[in-house]
Amino acid sequence: MKILVCISKTPDTTAKIAFTDNNTKFAEAGVQWIINPYDEWYALVRAIELKEKDASTIVHLINVGGADAEPIIRKALALGGDESFRVNTNPTDSYTVATQIAAVAKTNGYDLILTGKETIDYNGSSVGGMVAELLDMPYVSLATKFDLNGNKATINREIEGGEETCEADLPLVVSCQKGVAEARIPNMRGIMAARTKPLKVIEPVAANALTSVVNFELPAPKAGVKLVPADQPEELIRLLHEEARII
Amino acid sequence: MSVLIFIDQSEGHVKKASFEALSYGSKIAEQLGTSAEGVVLGTTNEDLSALGKYGVKKIHQVKQDSLNHLDAQVFAKVIAEVAKSTGANCVVFSNNVDGKAIAPRLAALLSAGYVSGVIALPDTKNGFVVKKNVFSGKAFANIAINSDIKVIALNPNSFTVSETGGTAEVVEANVKANAPRVKVTATNKVKGEIPLSEAELVVSGGRGLKGPENWGMIEELAKLLGAATACSRAVADAHWRPHHEHVGQTGLAIAPNLYMAIGISGAIQHLAGVNRSKVIVVINKDPEAPFFKAADYGIVGDAFEVVPKMIQAVKKLKGVA
Repeated sequence: MKILVCISKTPDTTAKIAFTDNNTKFAEAGVQWIINPYDEWYALVRAIELKEKDASTIVHLINVGGADAEPIIRKALALGGDESFRVNTNPTDSYTVATQIAAVAKTNGYDLILTGKETIDYNGSSVGGMVAELLDMPYVSLATKFDLNGNKATINREIEGGEETCEADLPLVVSCQKGVAEARIPNMRGIMAARTKPLKVIEPVAANALTSVVNFELPAPKAGVKLVPADQPEELIRLLHEEARII
Repeated sequence: MSVLIFIDQSEGHVKKASFEALSYGSKIAEQLGTSAEGVVLGTTNEDLSALGKYGVKKIHQVKQDSLNHLDAQVFAKVIAEVAKSTGANCVVFSNNVDGKAIAPRLAALLSAGYVSGVIALPDTKNGFVVKKNVFSGKAFANIAINSDIKVIALNPNSFTVSETGGTAEVVEANVKANAPRVKVTATNKVKGEIPLSEAELVVSGGRGLKGPENWGMIEELAKLLGAATACSRAVADAHWRPHHEHVGQTGLAIAPNLYMAIGISGAIQHLAGVNRSKVIVVINKDPEAPFFKAADYGIVGDAFEVVPKMIQAVKKLKGVA
């Protein structure tokens, strides 16, 4: 069993969001970078759990990005990935990223490709689906539970107001969210082992970005809160009914 | 040249998010001086021609029972066929669970630029530029789609439905769907509850409520208002409430008309999931709670005293004894 986990580098969830160069670039100064939480907590940890159950399982990682992504790749290796690829190019849009991942996947052949449900920076929720299409594999998105029995996967996925259970044979692409696994912290042994695990840098295949960022905007600040005294909650209900007109 | 809108259905009923997508797609067609058409997969038990009121002239239905459950691969292929036959150069989805599964596949299949989480009509004066949410609701990006065919997914609750009248011609599309490779074996839907992603009003509780046994008043208030219930990450992690109620940066991002946060301090990660709500109401006993900075209305007070009084006031308003 060979699993590929897609790892994206994102700003920490508490990072201050600001822009430079006439609002065309994310202001990276002082920003702490992390593995995209959905990729790490759910996709990666589930892959490692599958390896713990079946020691013959191989877990590869892939990141599309510059050398500055290597610290987060090492962390993913410390959590338990066997080896990693870094496709040495700027992740300009979801299509170019998916093209790079699909090219590596074609060369190596995987039974299972796991991604997070979306990145917390671009919130695209699109690379997994594109990779699946480029590889002609089925795609199950927004998984909340993932189990394997031989070649057959049983997956719970989100639907409006609940979940549904579905089955599919490998090979398969799955995007993961809460429920698939629980976040872990790398231990000292894992951190030591990660130093010598292979991190292969490969050059990108040709791919044209189909979209481009024009600029960014920050939301207008709120006008300020209108406080209602604690002993008059009925006044709040009146305001929501008569002033805001939403109830 | 035309705009094609994916009409999402579940158990034969068209989803509310699709009314928004239809209105939105029709407006794009108007902007581009072309026509808007819809595509429905599977069997429905509603009068589809009535969807013409949202501005579509024609609806293509691919009536096959196997299309009543989602296999994104099969769906993308079928929609691509319909898009080719209608000469669509823009395909619109709702950025809901089905849209997130199908739209990126379709984009890759058509070598089309794809932008999801779109919140406003595109600027088509000079190219094709759409505005989308980025950084989990903390900022917006204007993105140019540079390919001939454009695929976009509209965020639910971000575009007002407009009814222009008229009926649509419904035609059966002659497209053969492949057999699904993803088989749905069970559906577990919470009956009678409003799905959080589609809710216009949301009442949400946090750690300030002290334990799952205190959710009765949250549920009662939500029910009276016709609202969905939600919770913070801490509450979902403690298993006080089911995971699917968790809103925030790593949970569900929502944009209801009303988000009422009770006993939630308003950590930056939580705000990221709710700050697109039209009106935010915060009830917290800590006047320093960061949530008040993001709120429109607030009460500094103990939820256990305030909420029961709110329930009484809503009962009075709605004429419930």
